[in-house]
Amino acid sequence: MIENLERIIAEHSFFHGMDERHIRFIVGCAKNVRFEEGQMIFREGDPAVHFYFLREGMVSLELMVPNRGRAILQTVAPGEVVGWSWLVAPYRWHFDGRALLATRALAFDGKCLLAKCEEDHDLGYEILKRFTSVVSERLEVTRLQLLDLYGSAA
Amino acid sequence: MIPRPFRIQSVRKETADTFTLDLKSADDGRPGAFAPGQFNMLYVFGVGEVPISISSDPRDGSTLKHTTRAVGTVTKALERLKKGDTVGIRGPFGSSWPVEEARGRDCVIVAGGIGLAPLRSALYFLLASRESYQKIVLLYGARTPEDILYRPELERWRSQFDLDVRVTVDRAGHEWRGPVGVVPALVRRAGFDPANATAMVCGPEVMLRFTVRELENRGMDHRHIYISMERNMKCAIGFCGHCQFGPTFVCKDGPVFGYDRIAPILGKAEV
Repeated sequence: MIENLERIIAEHSFFHGMDERHIRFIVGCAKNVRFEEGQMIFREGDPAVHFYFLREGMVSLELMVPNRGRAILQTVAPGEVVGWSWLVAPYRWHFDGRALLATRALAFDGKCLLAKCEEDHDLGYEILKRFTSVVSERLEVTRLQLLDLYGSAA
Repeated sequence: MIPRPFRIQSVRKETADTFTLDLKSADDGRPGAFAPGQFNMLYVFGVGEVPISISSDPRDGSTLKHTTRAVGTVTKALERLKKGDTVGIRGPFGSSWPVEEARGRDCVIVAGGIGLAPLRSALYFLLASRESYQKIVLLYGARTPEDILYRPELERWRSQFDLDVRVTVDRAGHEWRGPVGVVPALVRRAGFDPANATAMVCGPEVMLRFTVRELENRGMDHRHIYISMERNMKCAIGFCGHCQFGPTFVCKDGPVFGYDRIAPILGKAEV
């Protein structure tokens, strides 16, 4: 079971090239999860206990906007990561997360992984570098969305 | 070059601010040959002339289609025209998409907003010779679900087994079931062989630059990336200089450029 999980982690694009020793070390923080289509995965303000590496399906990051309803800010596809609130105090979700399609993912316990990163700073640095890249990509996408490129003035 | 008269067969509303004109030649009934990616100058008598890409099937010898957005004086006048009205057309002008050079390769078509219009002709061409190409991937980004151009056609293409169509929108409400995000992000997710792919990209210039960056990240060579540029075109024959872009004229040397040719000047504020 653990061996199978190790293989799944190693095959996810986020972990490509990561030292096998590190993957073995963190496998205990991970589990396989499934979400039904339409299922809420987390809600704004809830403690960010887990984060997710998508394997199948699609997850939307949403925000309830008064008088406008539920706005989808971004969707996350297989091979991508949902959540970094577990990494930053106060460790609470900033948005809602919902499975737009039936979704399979690897869920990591954020506290468990943070403890492992404290224990092994090489691992911590490796994880942080990879998450920085994810955060940077999301920031770039958000900036492009803010530009409203296809508006009339474009 | 004197404009030829073309009669409007229909004006079809595509989205809130875009429409398609179906045109037939008023003299010999034939629209004239063109290559995918080329444009015509459309003349609204008494108002003015505007460059618009051809979005019809290059093999269709009867009807010429132009899709545009009503934003300026001429395009707003075009939108007000009705079936049976006449417009003047000069063209076709400019360079075209490398549909012949792409034979035997994967084709990655990336469009943003109204940028899908000049790429539709290329798609018709590729699909008509489907066996000559490897994977064909269409990545399209629009502002909202309501702004998706050629929606029935995109839905039909998506249902084909030999075409990978991915559509994303910049913003959406809960009724939208597809991806939300910008079109360059789709490049990361698309399945194609970067070593044997030709990319054709059209959309707002910022979108072009970020899309090219993602194609580079996937390992694509600049020589196989083509982009369609937009500048203020007036004469369409490289004479007036309005559309000068560094050492080139977009109307004559473009609008489709190999990225290797314009990479050093794309995105430079001084150019």
